[in-house]
Amino acid sequence: MNQTHKIDGTESGVPSEEQMRTTVIETINLGKTFVSESKTETEVFNNLNFDIKAGEFVCLIGHSGCGKTTLLNMLGGLEEPTNGSILVDDKEISGPSLDRAMVFQSHALMPWMTAIGNVNFAVQSKWPAWSKKKQLDQSRKFLDLVHLGTSLDKKPSELSGGMKQRVGIARAFAIEPKILLLDEPFSALDALTRGSLQDELVTICRETNQTCFMITHDIDEAILLADRIILMTNGPQAYVHEIVINTIEKPRARSSLYKHENYYPIRNHLMDFLVNKSNLKDALRSVANNKPKIVKPAK
Amino acid sequence: MVSPQTLKVVTVSLGIFICFLIGWQALVVAGQGEAATGLDPEYAALMGAQVTEGASALPSPGDVGSEIWGHITNPFYDAGPNDKGVGIQLAYSIARVLSGYFLAALVAIPLGFLIGMSETAQRALNPYIQLMKPVSPLAWMPLALYTIKDSNTSAVFVIFICSIWPMLTNTTFGVASVRREWLDVSRTLEVGSLRTALRVILPAAAPTIVTGMRISIGIAWLVIVAAEMLVGGTGIGYFVWNEWNNLSITGVISAIFFIGVVGMCLDMILAKCAAIVSYSE
Repeated sequence: MNQTHKIDGTESGVPSEEQMRTTVIETINLGKTFVSESKTETEVFNNLNFDIKAGEFVCLIGHSGCGKTTLLNMLGGLEEPTNGSILVDDKEISGPSLDRAMVFQSHALMPWMTAIGNVNFAVQSKWPAWSKKKQLDQSRKFLDLVHLGTSLDKKPSELSGGMKQRVGIARAFAIEPKILLLDEPFSALDALTRGSLQDELVTICRETNQTCFMITHDIDEAILLADRIILMTNGPQAYVHEIVINTIEKPRARSSLYKHENYYPIRNHLMDFLVNKSNLKDALRSVANNKPKIVKPAK
Repeated sequence: MVSPQTLKVVTVSLGIFICFLIGWQALVVAGQGEAATGLDPEYAALMGAQVTEGASALPSPGDVGSEIWGHITNPFYDAGPNDKGVGIQLAYSIARVLSGYFLAALVAIPLGFLIGMSETAQRALNPYIQLMKPVSPLAWMPLALYTIKDSNTSAVFVIFICSIWPMLTNTTFGVASVRREWLDVSRTLEVGSLRTALRVILPAAAPTIVTGMRISIGIAWLVIVAAEMLVGGTGIGYFVWNEWNNLSITGVISAIFFIGVVGMCLDMILAKCAAIVSYSE
């Protein structure tokens, strides 16, 4: 399958439409090192360089333990980088911000608040000056968007796993952030629920043109949702191995995705990485160090 | 319709009560002796029914029942310092317990918040808390009487000091173990610290805090009886001791009954509060 790749490693030539769009978030030589109590240092990853453009959906794929969640928490401002920096709109971030909303793997809803209470808590934080009615209207609008308009006053314990994650997604979208950070939001759900939530996410992203960065280990999810897929090797000392451009044009639908001629080239390329290449370290490291290879798998 | 389960429960419960009454009555009958004859009338008047009629030293269930009924029908009479209705005595005790208890809550809950949120405070204050917690609240009584010089306030102080520890340790624990992801949500939403404390940490820790408050009210009600036996004057503890000095076992038993009832009610109120603040995930 390797021979089907069109390698596009050069920056020269006519700038594509993607390169023209403004960069929302950018990482520069980002690194994280944990120091254990016995003073041994573990470098989770280092020299991560990538950017996300406005309106783009970027997925990051990697095995567990490569520091995916750490990376997302750093983008969210919940953790401090050890090296390098993160720029949002060309300004270095220092801590969490309403510009960057997060959807947590475990939905992280407050169990003592109702569905609308959870969303409204976020809306109140973003627009404290709004009238109560306007805040509630905003919350209701986004719960309607995830088809929870009839369960507004239910507590999280009365909702199914999928519905809880829908509330989590509505909460993140409702504050209309510059970028949405999603940490394997569907990994705890069954396949059917996961599928319908992915469809909803596709629809909402299309309607709102929301910039998203999502962590996943589900290849099909990445192909369906992402415009670009960042491949990260196993930790410790993980790095960005490649950035794969999704050659299946939008709109993508789950039902017809697998019929597209580029589906298997992309899928095989990603699978090949996860199975065979994610463990590679030194040989590829030097190549990938600061400028990951950009790949466009296609027929 | 009453379910068969409930019927079973009620039957067993009543059965236990009837057995208890029969056993009690049997002890009373077994304790009866011979009535003495030819006593000096003045001596007989001093000795009471146990000598003159050979009555048992243990009052019968009927005597206690009618005594309790008498207290229930006339709880608020006041016939001088040594003869007040049980309602008045209970009101004194409840007032002392509640004032000590709420003062303790006022101190323990904010302090517990502080300790729970700051590891430095936790480690700095922990030795003192561990040192003071196991001290019997009554051990504070002499010191309280010496410094405060007022028996009523000293009793309140003793309640304060015994209620504070369960509330403090539970609040600390509840606040320290608020799920990290809830705090992360709050941080990513740039929620200020006061709003986080009130809207996230307080409701998250509330079940643990109320459990502490429930333990505290139980301990406070246990301690007030002992404290009032020491300080005297008013209160249900004083009432028990006064009945003992009168050698009125009937009075002592009925007081025990009333102490139990009030303690149960206090616990039930806190259980209701616990149900209100509890949440399931």
